[in-house]
Amino acid sequence: MEKSLNWREFVITRLVKASGYSAILFVALIFFFLVREGIPTFAETSLSSLLSIRWYPIEDHFGILPLITGSLVVTIGAGLVAVPLGLGTAVYISEIAPRWMREILKPLVELLGGLPSVVLGFLGILLLSPFLRVFLNLPTGLTALTGSLLLGGIAVPTVVSVAEDALDAVPRSYREGAWALGATRWQTIWRVTFPAARSGVLTAVMLGVGRAIGETMTVMMVTGNAPVLAVKLGSLFSPVRTMTATIAAEMGEVAGGSTHYHVLFFIGMVLFLISLGVNIAASSVVFRTKKRAERILS
Amino acid sequence: MKRFVLSLLAIFVFLFSTACSPASSSEGAASNSSANYIENKGSDTIVNLALAWAEKYQAEHPEVRISVTGGGSGTGIASLINKTVDIANASRQIKDEELSEAKSNGVDPVEHIIARDAIAVIVNPENPVSQLTLKQISDIYSGKISNWSEVGGDDRPIVRLSRETNSGTHVYFLETVLRLGSKEDKTLFSMDTLLLPSSEGIVAEVRQNPNAIGYDGLGYVPKDLKMIAIAKEAGGAYVLPSIATVNDKTYPIARDLYMYTNGEPTGIIKTYLDWILSSEAQQIVADLGFVPVSPDSSS
Repeated sequence: MEKSLNWREFVITRLVKASGYSAILFVALIFFFLVREGIPTFAETSLSSLLSIRWYPIEDHFGILPLITGSLVVTIGAGLVAVPLGLGTAVYISEIAPRWMREILKPLVELLGGLPSVVLGFLGILLLSPFLRVFLNLPTGLTALTGSLLLGGIAVPTVVSVAEDALDAVPRSYREGAWALGATRWQTIWRVTFPAARSGVLTAVMLGVGRAIGETMTVMMVTGNAPVLAVKLGSLFSPVRTMTATIAAEMGEVAGGSTHYHVLFFIGMVLFLISLGVNIAASSVVFRTKKRAERILS
Repeated sequence: MKRFVLSLLAIFVFLFSTACSPASSSEGAASNSSANYIENKGSDTIVNLALAWAEKYQAEHPEVRISVTGGGSGTGIASLINKTVDIANASRQIKDEELSEAKSNGVDPVEHIIARDAIAVIVNPENPVSQLTLKQISDIYSGKISNWSEVGGDDRPIVRLSRETNSGTHVYFLETVLRLGSKEDKTLFSMDTLLLPSSEGIVAEVRQNPNAIGYDGLGYVPKDLKMIAIAKEAGGAYVLPSIATVNDKTYPIARDLYMYTNGEPTGIIKTYLDWILSSEAQQIVADLGFVPVSPDSSS
């Protein structure tokens, strides 16, 4: 009896460990594949060609700077929309809303998260972009702003779910302690609950931004896909071309092994590295915070 | 627990065993003549036409199955080079680089002209401009002209719409309109040209944006959009696109539509291609807004 229990323990422990490591393995394999297909870019085009500002692959112009700036503009815009809206909604749902309201709002937000991105892109073309063109008097409604608004809408449910769980997990004693000291509701939320849930909230923001930077279909339909270098403030109100839309639109036509093919994988590598960078930065902050908190509590 | 694990195991074994049953036909499109299956892929301009043909042909010959997909002329030709399709649809001719790539892969693309198409340049119905010369359109799209007032319209910025770079329509427009047919010219589209992923996107934007100008195949332009009459040179006659003006060559932006096969076609592919050049199939061409090609003028 003892022996069979130990044997089962052994197997289950090893299986769970393998699943955990396999996640790292899959990410490493994906990165390895991207690198293997993307590295020949450096042999076939020069670095100065890659850093030029014209992206026109069928005539061998492989400047990826417009694509990078396009993705960054749309993602930053989406972050500016999703973070305040998402965190505000999360705070409202977990701290302020009465119980009956919370039961309605949480499922509704999850429902918004389930909306396919293609549907949002479609609504963007038909409703949002004409509205923005008229409202802001722009030449065209297919701009980075339209993409940012829609991406913010897509990222909000992610941010709300995770942040709301993080805020909920803060022990009630923290809030009670603050109230006992005479803090108002807002002071409690802003100075006690929020900082206590900081790691969870940061995770929520990171997940939301990660969702936004990887979004393909919506941006392909509403940002206009014009490979313009997006560095001025006005670029938010002009069409841009993101890295994801470029890969999606052009991967079908490339002949395997051609320079264009390698450059597209190189763009995939850049996208991967940007996401990795964001994740590493966020998790380093999270772990640093934990260590300090552990020191204080012990 | 043990019964649960055993039943789970049984389910997996069952699922795997169904996968082992003999597959009916699709063991790689290279072996096309063994099964009565034709794979047809490529130009989004041709895809509706190809679908209509496939449906009509399959209704009359139920033993043949034809699959049609889009993806752009570039995609179709790339698939032909990779030997994954039998017929590649293209709204532009195969490029020299693609031809050499095909040769190095052991593929010999043979060209068949199956219809003709006109490229219509469309603007919003509110736009007062209704005629332009080819040079003016070239200057608009290359960025030299940026305001409608420079071509006789209102004081509005011009928003240029185009298909994506993998589209044969895009490449044809680049060579014939932007570069005015000259091979040495290296003019490119203006950097702020919007590259929309579908014809529907172009139509939707032109329909509601008075600043927009776009282009697409004649078969994809709905009747309520305003087409521009185009003159080859300043002072020439301004011509609207139609079957008549394409066939008598007065409309300057007309092109042939192609289907490419690997080598001369044989068997069911040959029968299908012969049927496509018959009057019955060419009537479908006319119904869909393209221009029929008669069997003896296919050069």
